[in-house]
Amino acid sequence: MIEYFENIVKILAQYWQIFVLKGIGYTLLLSAITVFFGAILGVFLCLGRMSRFKPLNWLVVAIVEVVRGTPILLQLYVGYFLVPKLLPFTVSDFFSVCVALIINSACYVSEVFRSGIQAVDKGQTEAARSLGLNASQTMSRIVLPQAIKNILPALGNEFVMIVKETSLASTFFIGELMTSYLIVKGRTYLTMECLLIVGVLYFVLTFILSKGVGAFERRLKAHD
Amino acid sequence: MIRTENLHKSFTIEGKGTLHVLRGVNEHVAKGEVVSIIGPSGGGKSTFLRCLNLLETPEEGKIFFEGVEITNSKVDINVHRQKMGMVFQHFNVFPHLSVKENITLAPVLLKKKTQAEADDMAMELLNRVGLADKVDEHPGRLSGGQKQRLAIVRALAMEPDVMLFDEPTSALDPEMVGEVLDVIKRLVKDGMTSVIVTHEMGFAREVSDRILFMDEGVIAESAKPEELFAHPQNPRTKEFLSKVLY
Repeated sequence: MIEYFENIVKILAQYWQIFVLKGIGYTLLLSAITVFFGAILGVFLCLGRMSRFKPLNWLVVAIVEVVRGTPILLQLYVGYFLVPKLLPFTVSDFFSVCVALIINSACYVSEVFRSGIQAVDKGQTEAARSLGLNASQTMSRIVLPQAIKNILPALGNEFVMIVKETSLASTFFIGELMTSYLIVKGRTYLTMECLLIVGVLYFVLTFILSKGVGAFERRLKAHD
Repeated sequence: MIRTENLHKSFTIEGKGTLHVLRGVNEHVAKGEVVSIIGPSGGGKSTFLRCLNLLETPEEGKIFFEGVEITNSKVDINVHRQKMGMVFQHFNVFPHLSVKENITLAPVLLKKKTQAEADDMAMELLNRVGLADKVDEHPGRLSGGQKQRLAIVRALAMEPDVMLFDEPTSALDPEMVGEVLDVIKRLVKDGMTSVIVTHEMGFAREVSDRILFMDEGVIAESAKPEELFAHPQNPRTKEFLSKVLY
């Protein structure tokens, strides 16, 4: 037991930069990029999903169902091999994996948006329309401001989920926290110790984030 | 002011088939007239009312409002809705806006008034319904009766030519029914053309120029309140009234 502890201290003393600077840095960067662009793409998917143009509707449903119905690791592989082939210029592995994560996240987030919008009472729309507001005025002034309160906390939780899911990107050695584990384990052959360090770091990260989301959620509720 | 010709409307309910709610409704509401619609649940009262400003689209038939056929797909219904205020059973006040913003949003957004004019009018309207002290509150702080009074005032802020009331007191606690009915009574007395779907028989009798009894998707009887309540002609009206306490 003491031995474990000593090893962990030694590993941290020598490799803390790989874990904290590179690992956590890349994990947060990857998560932030994924959630940000995933949310933007998610808005468009959601619009397509709720559009009255049926073929667009079906297309989005098909994409969302496929993405939700296949393992994310498989999607990362597809992104890793497909994205460089589709683009005329060379891209980094980080970029390819990012694209796959963004598409995955966008699909989940688009459903978050949709349910957030649909959770707003239909009576709100009717009241606004009965006053003479048109459909887009009703959406922007009445429905969306109320839907945002349903959406933001769920988006925060998506961020926490993504932080954990980025660990799969280590399969392609792109430098996030789980890659740090692979690197340091490769140099020290101390598997358990490295896992423990990375595990604690992931936990601290998601714990802080989810507490932050919770506090934010309470503040939103207090406004009502 | 509002005239309907042969309105038909049906709803498809999953697993239950099609429900033919309106089966040819012909009606004319004149300017200044106050018409109450009574009848059993499922008889088509609310659906008929909601067709008048096209919250429900009838499959068949025409609706004329101030001489314009609004069921024509070339007509911009949003313009005509500005002249038809509606009050809902469940209030549907906007919870994310303050009381004042609830009232001023539509007139300002639809460029009927400047913000300053709308603010002045909001205060005046709130004074009239005894909510002036709530002007900066959010609706979450209001009681049911206060919310409904706010909803009425919100509709009035568009200076409508006709008011549609869809069971305005059905979702209220009994002690709050009076305050809402008082507001409607005053409105009606000032000459506002109104169509009121209600279960408050005493109220309907008191304020209406005419009562419509709707059952099974048609207007089964239409008469002055004294006549309809004292001497109902249609057997279904008789049966309904004998079951209702008022």
